[in-house]
Amino acid sequence: MKRLKLSPVVIALLLAIGLFVLGGLVHPGFANYSPAINILRLAAFLGVVAAGQTLVIIGGGEGIDLSVGSVITLGAILVYQIANGSDQMVLPALLVALAVGAGIGTINGLGITLLLIPPLVMTLGMAGVVQGLILVVTQGKLTGATAPIMVTLITSPLAFEIPGVLLVWLLLGFVMWVLLERTVYGKQLFAIGVNRTTAKLSGVRVPAVLVLTYALSGLLAALGGFVLLGYTQRVFLNLGADYTLPSVAAVVVGGTILAGGQGSYFGTMAGALVLTLLSSLLTTLLLPESVRQIVFGATLLLLLSAYGRQQRLRN
Amino acid sequence: MIRVPIANTVQLQRIALRQSYLFALLLLIIAVAVNAALQPDFFRPGVLSDNLQSFLPLMLLAAGQTIVIIGGGVDLSVGAIVSLVDVVVVRAMGNSPGASQVLLAIALGLASGVLAGVVNGICVAYLRFQPIVTTFASSFVFSGTALWVMSSPGGNVPPSLVDAYQANLLALPVVLWVIAVVLVLWNFLRSTRYGRYLYAVGGQSMSAYVTGVPVSLVRLSTYILSGLMAALTAVALVMSTNTGDPLIGAPMTLESIVAVVLGGTRLRGGQGGVAGSLIGVIILSLILNIISFANVPTWWQTLVNALIVLLALTGPGIVALVRRKLS
Repeated sequence: MKRLKLSPVVIALLLAIGLFVLGGLVHPGFANYSPAINILRLAAFLGVVAAGQTLVIIGGGEGIDLSVGSVITLGAILVYQIANGSDQMVLPALLVALAVGAGIGTINGLGITLLLIPPLVMTLGMAGVVQGLILVVTQGKLTGATAPIMVTLITSPLAFEIPGVLLVWLLLGFVMWVLLERTVYGKQLFAIGVNRTTAKLSGVRVPAVLVLTYALSGLLAALGGFVLLGYTQRVFLNLGADYTLPSVAAVVVGGTILAGGQGSYFGTMAGALVLTLLSSLLTTLLLPESVRQIVFGATLLLLLSAYGRQQRLRN
Repeated sequence: MIRVPIANTVQLQRIALRQSYLFALLLLIIAVAVNAALQPDFFRPGVLSDNLQSFLPLMLLAAGQTIVIIGGGVDLSVGAIVSLVDVVVVRAMGNSPGASQVLLAIALGLASGVLAGVVNGICVAYLRFQPIVTTFASSFVFSGTALWVMSSPGGNVPPSLVDAYQANLLALPVVLWVIAVVLVLWNFLRSTRYGRYLYAVGGQSMSAYVTGVPVSLVRLSTYILSGLMAALTAVALVMSTNTGDPLIGAPMTLESIVAVVLGGTRLRGGQGGVAGSLIGVIILSLILNIISFANVPTWWQTLVNALIVLLALTGPGIVALVRRKLS
């Protein structure tokens, strides 16, 4: 029997639509316009964070960034404290947050390429350091305020109830597509992901590209903190903690292979949508936390069976 | 500069390569020295025994994680398995259990740990899912089940169990015997055919497969062993915390991986050993001890701890970089 070959992006999108319809069937009102917009909004946060994760994972070599959660928190806290409710200060605050995020990512990249530390360990260690930095900077007191303009741009509906964060997400999707498919950097990143040695022999400066990739991941995580702050409008010390591993899951559900060299950001966007729909659906059904977690985990395992599989040893 | 004869350097390097935990041993000596300087009664038998009692759970967990990592995988669900077994054991013991009921509860706990390992192992070894995402996904199933078994901390543990954990056997603490047994068993396992299979599968799964090693079976076995060790971790936690907690294992997953790496086992697989990981756990725990005895200001403690851990993790990399630059 010939196996039907669907691109992972299509599978994930079909799944998202299936979940949406299922939600509408079991719980009338789930598939209405404004709940749907809200789910898209929640997916957008995960999607922005998972953008950097997509790049890092495409770069291969066991690439993964487990520091995104704490960088999200740090980014949000920086904007919260620097802008302190003033519209004029939002842009400078955002730039500082992005720079700090990129700086943390650069250190990750240097540790991984120069000191040859496995990405999992390096970014995990960095997550702890960033968490420590947050405590030192804030001394446990989170003072500041969210500028009104952030709420206007991110949370409030612009037209047809569509909040700004969705436009940000679509724009990011386009930028990521250009970056991956239409720039030298993107081609080099895929080449590195497929085979480091051949990429190096073909003249790709592997360390430089990888450091840039981790820097971008840190920057995008800080951006994730910024948009998340526009939604929550206040910060807490573990704001970003729950985004770290889901960002990896979103990338994988979107068909990007953990071994590297293959994948797309459109897949990740669909993956973020699937994960958000799934958890929203489980919340809507008013299931207890225990059942929610079990169903979420089991569904994730089922999704993996669809296309997360590795090669057979016997060819 | 002192010139070391070449033959000696080569020999030294060979020893350093074979004993992957030499760097960890060095760190351990430093950590013990600093700790002893800050805490005058560090070497008192009672204090040592107390310390070992609090280190033991993570040691058992890291031992299981080491085996999975040597086999070329990673297990992100160990913390969730610990939580699950913890509440299963406490729940099965009930309020005032007899000796047979206690044993039955522990057996039930170990069985659920093994079962969790089987689930992970089948997904990774036979269905060929990627280890990181698989065990991340299954961790939700296990932690959800833990919450279903017991939604909030509670339950009673018979005092005899707590006493047994703190007891001495032949003048030495029981926990020390447990550590010794783990080490002896590991060294035995390593010398068997299974041990060689394990390193072969983690190092070069393709060559191992071609030469007739049952790769999938070995992979499955690593996750089962990891599940079993997580279950033993939970039993140790039940005995030392005196209660059941459905969230107790959550922070332990990443700690176990850090301990394994600190102990000189490479995440790539095919290399390393349990002894190093046990040392890794002691180092991690001593760093925390040192920070609390050194009067580091509260808000700085997390940062100082994380920086020391990061430095310890990057240490071998920095040494290698300096050596590359010099040569």
